[in-house]
Amino acid sequence: MTIKLFDNKGTPLEKQKFTWRELAGQPISKLDDDAYTRVRVILMNGVEQQANRFQHLCSQCNGTLREPLARIRRVEHHQQTMVNWLLGADHAPLETTIAYEQVAIEVTAAVAQQEPDAYLAQVYRFGLLEDFDHMYRFSALMDRMEGRDANNILQCYTDIIPGRPTSEEHRAPENDLRDHYDRKSALPITKLNALTIMSGEYQTRDYYMNFGPTFSDPVARQLYAEIASIEEQHVTQYGSIIDPDETWLEKWLLYEASEAYNYYSCMESEPNPRIKAIWERFLDYELGHLHMVGELFKRYEGREPAEILPDALPDPIAYQSQREFVRNTLNQEVDLRTDGTQFVAKDDESQQSLDYRSHINSEGSPSEAVAADYQWQPGTELKGRFARAS
Amino acid sequence: MEKSETIGSNRTGIDASPIHSKKMQSGVQDYAPSSGDGNQIEAIRREQLERAERLGSVPLPGTAKGMLKTMLKKFTGHQPATFVNKLGERLAYERTGVRIYEALILKCQVANSQGETRFDLPLDQLVTFCAEEGKHFRLLIDCMEQLGVDPTAQTPDADVSGVASSGMLKVITDPRTTISQCLETMLAVELTDNAAWELLIQLAQDLGQGEMASKFEEALAEEQIHLDEIRAWYEQSVRAQAGTTH
Repeated sequence: MTIKLFDNKGTPLEKQKFTWRELAGQPISKLDDDAYTRVRVILMNGVEQQANRFQHLCSQCNGTLREPLARIRRVEHHQQTMVNWLLGADHAPLETTIAYEQVAIEVTAAVAQQEPDAYLAQVYRFGLLEDFDHMYRFSALMDRMEGRDANNILQCYTDIIPGRPTSEEHRAPENDLRDHYDRKSALPITKLNALTIMSGEYQTRDYYMNFGPTFSDPVARQLYAEIASIEEQHVTQYGSIIDPDETWLEKWLLYEASEAYNYYSCMESEPNPRIKAIWERFLDYELGHLHMVGELFKRYEGREPAEILPDALPDPIAYQSQREFVRNTLNQEVDLRTDGTQFVAKDDESQQSLDYRSHINSEGSPSEAVAADYQWQPGTELKGRFARAS
Repeated sequence: MEKSETIGSNRTGIDASPIHSKKMQSGVQDYAPSSGDGNQIEAIRREQLERAERLGSVPLPGTAKGMLKTMLKKFTGHQPATFVNKLGERLAYERTGVRIYEALILKCQVANSQGETRFDLPLDQLVTFCAEEGKHFRLLIDCMEQLGVDPTAQTPDADVSGVASSGMLKVITDPRTTISQCLETMLAVELTDNAAWELLIQLAQDLGQGEMASKFEEALAEEQIHLDEIRAWYEQSVRAQAGTTH
């Protein structure tokens, strides 16, 4: 199914309404729904959250846009609510954490493969191997603190093995910055990819910052503090690939296009009909927003949205196991490090990062402690420890 | 067992704020409350109760051909899903029990080494209890595999049990909680565990699984000792704190 951006005006804003009852609707099933349904729910929560954050910032810097921003933002807020409330209360915070890392791995891997810019594809693969390692560390925590198996959440789509060691991911801030795409020459998919991944990482940072202190186990508290710090680095990385010379309205238009693109991707792959209907509904809402912002773009900038947006949405993001791609990346790029905006061999890493890391790890590394000698096996490592009864 | 709780500057009650508490209470009299009655909260909950979907399903027996047929034959006239659901619940509970005991043992070791306790908990017994939780976990894996059911799957009752016990785990792993606070939590853990094993034995007998039932009885006998000991230690620790025993 092809989605034409300029022919389809979507749902008019005045018809985009909600009730409290539908905002807090029936959650998905943690046990029976496909893991990718949860992946899509979490990603779209992040996409909506970032749209809300951008629109607030935009409002603070653009008085003339405040009213349309407020009107659209209210709907975005309620879209985020309806999406995020799809996670049921039987998802423990650590289970949701595993799901967040699955989002980071699976979506970043898919995006890395569809990214036409070779340098940016490298940026995604670099971040991917770090989130991949977080999955391994959090899975060890779940096993060793709670006696639970992370694969109940992952459903065998995502490997639980070490990536680039989390303890080695701590870098000096200047080494998390990357070169940005050029707003004039970059393809639309490049811009949509950047917004998608930055949104996902930003919500992950926020989630860990909110839930880290709710754990009582000292290892868990330290591990969340450590990995939240890497997620902050990732937001720095992915935020810096976006061209800073885009105008506010240009960015707003791209955010709306990114939301539409992501709902379209979700809709195309969703097997649960009740959830698919939400993706379809919200795709139409986003097309309504896009049309409104397009009119503002014409009025205030005297430019056509077609200058920066494609005629039709690109091919949807593939929601399918990325195991082989991730393993190939792991085998070839685990030892990559950075020096400024460039990727370098391990031995050439920036001294500032080495100094920063040396200090922050100097009183111990929670990510090393939690996963020391950890090897995932179905049903937890305790299954191996306790031999067969007879 | 441990040092008595100290009396200090607890700020949570209204007596801790004599001036503000008077103002707060007079404010309540000066402003009218929200209209309506208590039935509205019930109406929302009732409506959700009526339309709620279940948490999820019990996994099917394994992929091996004829496994489902074999299992249904074993349970002629009964619902095997209930038994599988309960086996899965017990398995998850025992597995988490290992981690809970590990955390408690460490806490006791540290307390003993710091000389904070008036008498040492018998650590060797706690280590035995921990190993027995692991043994019971293993027994349940074997039983589920015998029925052709995947023991790594999370059944709905295992899911619910995990939600219920999450607070217990949180108490034990918090470095700030005392051993007697942990023992009170362990008492809840073991009371639930004992009742659950009794029910599982009954279910196994009802379904004609005599061999499993007798293995479960052995597990229950061990769990009964856990319960009795934990209860005794808990009572002892609180009474020692209160200064009523030595």
